[in-house]
Amino acid sequence: MDILFLLIPLSVILVVLIAAVFLWAVKAGQFEDMEGPAHRILMDDDKSPGKKYSDE
Amino acid sequence: MPTDTGSSHMPTCFHCGSPLPPGAHYPVDLPDASCNTCCHGCQAVARMIVSSGNVDYYRHRTRLPPAAAAPAASEILQQLRLYDLPEIQQAFVKPGEGDIREAALILEGIVCAACIWLNERHIAQLPGVLAVEINFATHRARVRWDNSRIQLSDILHAIRDIGYAAYPFDADRQEDVFRRERASAQRRLAIAGLGMMQVMMYAIPAYLADPGSMTRDIQALMRWASLMLTLPVVFYSAWPFFQGAWRDLRRRSLGMDVPVALGVGAAFAASVWAILTHSGEVYFDSVTMFVFFLLSGRYLEMGARRKSAAALETLAKLIPAVANRYRNYPAQQETQSVPVTQLTAGDTLLVKPGEAIPADGIVLAGISEADESLLSGESRALPKIAGDRLVGGAINISSPLVMRVEKTGADTVLSGILRLLDRAQAEKPRIALLADRFATWFVFTLLVLAAGVALGWYWVEPARAFWITVSVLVVSCPCALGLATPAALTAAAGRLTGMGLLATRGHALETLARVTHVVFDKTGTLTCGRLALLDTISLGETSAAHCRALASALEGVSEHPIAHALHDPAAHSLPSHAITNVPGYGLEGIVEGRHLRLGRPDFVAQLHGRPLPVNLNFRDNLTMVALGDEHGWLGVFLLGDRLRPDAVRAVARLKELGVEVSLLSGDGNATVAHVAGLLGIEHYAGQLMPGDKLARMRALQNGGQIVAMVGDGVNDAPVLAAAQVSIAMGQGSDVAQASADMVMMNGQLECLADALVLARRTAGIIRQNLAWAAVYNLAAIPAAALGFVTPWMAGIGMSLSSLLVVLNARRLSRIRLGSGDEGAPTHSATAAGTAVTVPALEGP
Repeated sequence: MDILFLLIPLSVILVVLIAAVFLWAVKAGQFEDMEGPAHRILMDDDKSPGKKYSDE
Repeated sequence: MPTDTGSSHMPTCFHCGSPLPPGAHYPVDLPDASCNTCCHGCQAVARMIVSSGNVDYYRHRTRLPPAAAAPAASEILQQLRLYDLPEIQQAFVKPGEGDIREAALILEGIVCAACIWLNERHIAQLPGVLAVEINFATHRARVRWDNSRIQLSDILHAIRDIGYAAYPFDADRQEDVFRRERASAQRRLAIAGLGMMQVMMYAIPAYLADPGSMTRDIQALMRWASLMLTLPVVFYSAWPFFQGAWRDLRRRSLGMDVPVALGVGAAFAASVWAILTHSGEVYFDSVTMFVFFLLSGRYLEMGARRKSAAALETLAKLIPAVANRYRNYPAQQETQSVPVTQLTAGDTLLVKPGEAIPADGIVLAGISEADESLLSGESRALPKIAGDRLVGGAINISSPLVMRVEKTGADTVLSGILRLLDRAQAEKPRIALLADRFATWFVFTLLVLAAGVALGWYWVEPARAFWITVSVLVVSCPCALGLATPAALTAAAGRLTGMGLLATRGHALETLARVTHVVFDKTGTLTCGRLALLDTISLGETSAAHCRALASALEGVSEHPIAHALHDPAAHSLPSHAITNVPGYGLEGIVEGRHLRLGRPDFVAQLHGRPLPVNLNFRDNLTMVALGDEHGWLGVFLLGDRLRPDAVRAVARLKELGVEVSLLSGDGNATVAHVAGLLGIEHYAGQLMPGDKLARMRALQNGGQIVAMVGDGVNDAPVLAAAQVSIAMGQGSDVAQASADMVMMNGQLECLADALVLARRTAGIIRQNLAWAAVYNLAAIPAAALGFVTPWMAGIGMSLSSLLVVLNARRLSRIRLGSGDEGAPTHSATAAGTAVTVPALEGP
């Protein structure tokens, strides 16, 4: 059972990390357009001029 | 290899997919083949797309765009240049460092994901453009550019080059506020959700473990971990509840935030106390779950509110930024582009086809149609000829119109509608006011009860007193009052707006649900309110159709209401000259070489001296206009006010709903009886003065009826004001609209039956929610007070109860209504183009 002394703090850290990632995603506006990215990924955009907001 | 997509036997345009007109030769060179397009416009657009290296667009697209308009480069560019002026840019451009500028654009013509891809790539390739992003859901683009290297007009022009239209718009504060609000709600919800999941992971072993199998160290560790994760949930996610409760207390009122804050605060504080003193139970799982479910309910409600607000925003964005003003009409034909804000009454404007009409006014010249669908819900384009009224925000469709501005800015019909809607939103419905007051009482009782329970248990069993009190606070649910009633009302109001029926007063919806009697005015309400040609009787050898053509040619010069009914602007004009107007009698002139008279029968009879050949027995409401030449009678036209096309169905459906229908009119008794007979209305009365109408309405009301009045004119205003709920026609007078509770924008009477159904369903859902809240609270609060409910069970119970009522309210936005209208309203600025779905092109 001693392993719990490591695992429980680890799980707390993990949750904090997940929360941080999620907050970043909200801030980056990833929840503003729920349809577009699903379509965009299907387009071959090899020659993209690379001027997207998300690139900055 | 891209080839024609259409059916094998008919060649179609490579760009827009419509059939190729015979002899069309507008080739486009692809990297490995040549294809044909249907017109100069499509050719130019396709060439631009290919030459900018975006030929893949034709591979990706899943829908065809509407045919491209031929580019009128210099003229459009000149108009777009206006957007470079600093005073115009002020409204919608955000300046950045140095020459960097950012603006939001509305894109028109987007039909599929490939359009987005094409536009993004095309704009991004322009030198000087720093960043571009298009939102698929809203069709809005954000563009950032370096003003020293490229102008905004160049960007807009480049978008036109590939067949789309883009307009800058004021990404107004409201939108910005909503974005921030939603992001903040998402953050709070995420923190609460993650916290809840993890805290639950620690709590479940504690609940399930056999006594003694978990060491005190492990238990303490889990408790501390739970505390760490609950801290942000309480102090960040649940913060709005504390703020709300504090605000309520300071105003000395009691809202539903008070028990929530009290419950969350007490449970959290007690759990912390339990950790610190190594005594009692911890309920971090209850706290986090409670906060998470409450926030979910609010998040859902926010979405519903947003949807109904979106319909309004579409209205507000209809007016364009720039208008073409004549410098000196009609002497000079040249126009000058000016910002719409600088227009004044009396200005003469040119409205090109496809453009939005910038202000309210009157057509001076030109024949076209206007699409007022976004304003009124009327999907048909309305014909517009000289003398007709134009409403700012409608789209001119087929050909250029010259108009005189009559009203601008805040005086326009559109602004009036927006003001009415603002009023409705500012006024709280009575039922919501009642709910608020009831909630205060509910919370007060609850607090008293909780205090009583605390004292009682302290006397019986002090160790359990605290937790039972917390359970009582948490388990009670004023949700049906605080959440579900407003959610149901907003969902229903949004749905009504989409149907073209604007509720301009808060109480309209709930009163409509109780209506037992609908009173109609006749002229302008059940009928269209203007003369129309009902029948043509040919009296000679000339066919009825030819009679109409002759009459149309004669009436072409007249402005009389009869002329509007008889003159068909779309028909081929017959050669005519020397037409004179004999006021009070009719018209005389030479058409196709024949000397004709059109007008009162005695006036026409003077020409040839014969009596009317048949004894024509007409109803007294019809106007008779005769046509004859020197040799005799040619025909007789019967003009009358036409019933609205859906009037019969509307009345029948209202009766089906168990509502009595009356017709009160100022017109002659025989006319009213005739109309009532056509519609199947048993209760009717004619020759009524406004005062008489009022008296009859009062009589109905004194008999216990709840009356809805539908009317349009100035004379209806007092009756409209007296009815429990009143509906004014959108084309009616301003006075009528201002005194009405609802405005029917599209003139479709059948909406009324739909609205009635919707209102009743709304009232039903509110009743269900209140009943549920009563049953739940009556069962849960005593159970909690007696100690059968632990705080975590209370948290689940209360949250699920909230969720249930909100979900119940949301059913309103999906219920089916009679006239085939399904689901939530959809508004789209690009509705004009009918897109066809075709399979994607084969790849090379």
